[in-house]
Amino acid sequence: MSDPIIRIEKMNKWYGNFHVLRDIDLQVAGGEQIVICGPSGSGKSTLIRCINRLEEHQEGLIEVNGMVLDAGLKNIDAIRSEVGMVFQQFNLFPHMTVLQNCALAPIWVRGMTQKDAEDIARKYLERVRIPDQADKYPGQLSGGQQQRVAIARALCMTPKIMLFDEPTSALDPEMIKEVLDVMVELAEDGMTMLCVTHEMGFARQVADRVIFMDGGEIVEQNAPQAFFSNPQNDRTKLFLSQVLQH
Amino acid sequence: MRAWTPSPARPAPVNTIGAWGWVRRNLMATPRDMVMTLLAAAFLFWLLDVVIGWAFLNASFTGVDRSACLKQVQGACWPFIEAKFGQFIYGRYPEAERWRVNLVFAAGIIGLLPMLIPAAPYKRVNAVFLLGFFPVFAFALLTGGMFGLTEVSTSDWGGLLVTLVVAITGIVASLPLGIALALGRRAQLPVLRALCIGFIEIFRGVPLITVLFMASVMLPLFLPDGVNFDKLMRCLIGVALFSSAYMAEVVRGGLQAIPKGQVEAAAALGMSYWKTTRLIVLPQALKMVVPGIVNTFIGLFKDTTLVLIVGLFDLLGIVQLHFTDASWATPETHITGYVFAGFVFWAFCFAMSRYSIFMEKRLSTDAD
Repeated sequence: MSDPIIRIEKMNKWYGNFHVLRDIDLQVAGGEQIVICGPSGSGKSTLIRCINRLEEHQEGLIEVNGMVLDAGLKNIDAIRSEVGMVFQQFNLFPHMTVLQNCALAPIWVRGMTQKDAEDIARKYLERVRIPDQADKYPGQLSGGQQQRVAIARALCMTPKIMLFDEPTSALDPEMIKEVLDVMVELAEDGMTMLCVTHEMGFARQVADRVIFMDGGEIVEQNAPQAFFSNPQNDRTKLFLSQVLQH
Repeated sequence: MRAWTPSPARPAPVNTIGAWGWVRRNLMATPRDMVMTLLAAAFLFWLLDVVIGWAFLNASFTGVDRSACLKQVQGACWPFIEAKFGQFIYGRYPEAERWRVNLVFAAGIIGLLPMLIPAAPYKRVNAVFLLGFFPVFAFALLTGGMFGLTEVSTSDWGGLLVTLVVAITGIVASLPLGIALALGRRAQLPVLRALCIGFIEIFRGVPLITVLFMASVMLPLFLPDGVNFDKLMRCLIGVALFSSAYMAEVVRGGLQAIPKGQVEAAAALGMSYWKTTRLIVLPQALKMVVPGIVNTFIGLFKDTTLVLIVGLFDLLGIVQLHFTDASWATPETHITGYVFAGFVFWAFCFAMSRYSIFMEKRLSTDAD
């Protein structure tokens, strides 16, 4: 892979004495979409949280966008403004309107004027198809709308990489589709994406690679066709048989 | 297939709606409720009778000395309040200079009112005036000794003037200090955290009287000879430090209630610690603990009466002082004085309480 945008080599992480990520080797090229799946507790969320340093790793190398993440890192905020993240619980700021939520970071991190930031915010709210909710408060929106606002908020910083941590797991089934549609469009536009998700349909449709994790290790990774129809590892087979049941 | 016609709506039974419906539901629902209602009504009537009798019907309203308040059935002695009113408000501030105090009061109200009304514009200018210009202006005007104003020593200040100076200084100082302490207590740096915890636990652990005493008696011992801190200033510092320790814990409660996801989301957007704290965490935390904050303010307002211990006369202190005036010695003088002082304190505290509720409603962004 020529110049991967994310490079992880022999990364290990402990929570106290608990070895949560073991010898992770991963390279992601620009424009690639990766889906990470696995049972709960397998370390999938921890892995992507290490990429924008919401969690710190103790051993190994993580390089994002050409910058190495380590303890002496001075401008972690500079790295984070290039990596957008969407959370399972949305984490919108409830005391601000939808528009202010989206315009906040461009104003305070990129130093834009309020007018420019709001223009950008409206553009991305349009993109996630809720331009008319701009002046509402997050508490007044449905779960699916809130998550789409969260995606727009992350996109307003024009990141190079988007991380999704189980974005649809807290949504009613009817609302999952509207969020997945937005993510599919994002993928088709060529955004580098790492998604932790249980939505296998999404993985089949969009992913360049599916990664299966268990017990803190990457067990198997493959293109979705091969991954779903011909899993190599027994553990993967077991997981898929349980997940693809319904 | 029958066409569906909804059945017509009927009005509710007369006995269940309107004022009579409320009375029936809340005061007369069961026989026991009826008895309680009657007892409560009887008590209220008795209370009203006593209060109105004392404060109005049997009270004296005019007079120049104790003879005005020596009727057979005597209620309140309002002439006492009227005669001493100047002292109650200004203390021993020279009568000729009281216009300065009035000017300061007026400037304070003019600055404060627009600040409290959310719809009023120019909040930033207002805040700069209120927090920057006004304290300097008030200090200069009240103490004097400059710009051709005669100096009025702080030991001559008294009454409501002292109460308001101590309370307002304490309130204005304790909020930012309290926020700083609360943030410091949750900081990662162990030394900073230890210092903040130490400060909070020490000042919360001792009575305010002790703090005032320490500030008044011990502070001069630590200062070099000749340097003498003004007594009122020592009180202000003591009250501010004491109150900020309480405020710190109130704010910390709010900070703890902010979900970690908020900070993570802000961090993921590239916001620094200070930006996150200022724009995301503090607005939500403070909004959440408005009841606690105003509660602390109200408590502080009333705690100012303790400055009597160090020889300053606030409103209550000066009322008590004038009880010793022989020309006004009657059985009702004390009660009248206390009722007056109590009412003034209550009025200020109630105003703060109502404003707090107004602000809570205003800041609420819930869907309902």
